[in-house]
Amino acid sequence: MSILKTIWSKIKEAIIALTPGRVTLPYPFAPREPEEGFRGLPHVDVNKCIGCGGCANACPARCIRVVDESQSERVLVFLHERCTFCGRCAEVCPVDAIEMSKEFELSTDDPHDDLVGEYHIFMGPCERCGRCFETTSALDRLQKTGMRRDSIDRKCAIACPAEIEDEAEEKESVT
Amino acid sequence: MIRDWIVKNILPRALWVYHTNCGACNGCDIEVLDTLTPFYDAERFGIKMVGSPRHADALILCGPMTRQTAPAVRRVYEAVPDPKIVFAIGSCATGGGMWHDTYNVLGGADQVLPVDFYVPGCPPRPEAILHGVATALGLTEKEVKRVTGRQINRDVEPHALPEEEWLVHEQD
Repeated sequence: MSILKTIWSKIKEAIIALTPGRVTLPYPFAPREPEEGFRGLPHVDVNKCIGCGGCANACPARCIRVVDESQSERVLVFLHERCTFCGRCAEVCPVDAIEMSKEFELSTDDPHDDLVGEYHIFMGPCERCGRCFETTSALDRLQKTGMRRDSIDRKCAIACPAEIEDEAEEKESVT
Repeated sequence: MIRDWIVKNILPRALWVYHTNCGACNGCDIEVLDTLTPFYDAERFGIKMVGSPRHADALILCGPMTRQTAPAVRRVYEAVPDPKIVFAIGSCATGGGMWHDTYNVLGGADQVLPVDFYVPGCPPRPEAILHGVATALGLTEKEVKRVTGRQINRDVEPHALPEEEWLVHEQD
């Protein structure tokens, strides 16, 4: 009887072992999408970027470098080799130019060259001080929200082309 | 060249791996263990964990290279017989991660040892580790490359873009 019992238990085990089927993923030979909310390599939309450098400020790994190559060109260098994919840069971006993609197959033999994102942002330099600021489109945006050029005070005028600052100075001299 | 030939022709038959933690937070170690479970099953490529570096063909390094562990990891590297292949798993081992400029971290694993393959991620998914190993063995292709983006000169044509794109920021 005990032998029969053992055989029966083995048959039951075999049935249990056969039911789940194959669980192993065919992964490297078939693609697999990551689940919702996965953060992979950050993608930057250069045409949306205004070059404020907020992402570089917020990055915990300090992997975003802001280099002013010339007076009118700012380069954001993303060193993804030490990026921790935390998504802070995408969170703080005021124009939502950075988006965390679902790319995770980042293995490489040369991370110092392959895992680099280089984005050239056009900046308009002030005609007086030479510092970079947002392009003229920022001024357009101010006008759209109801501000008029002559209502921009002196503080704003520091970041503006020279002609507007001149107007502000003229106003002050009158009053 | 000879090294590539060795890696692609001799090692893929059965890659025995020795796993070293050189200062990691254990996130990458758990993902490495996850890769060996039946769900991901690295053993179908002949990849197997071994308990001694002298039995290993490959070395897996997790975590930033700290000042304390660097000499020990160096000794482990020397104990692995040639030909050997070294993997750096995680952002910390690849470039130093968040700790790249702290006082007790020397940087990524490549500051101390010659590393052959890097798998960034914090931590990398088990699939990413599998992809890294498979790429090193020549089973799959490398997928990343340097990205260079150039902005169109908005000063010349500021309104060339469709109007919706300019309005996105104002609504919130």
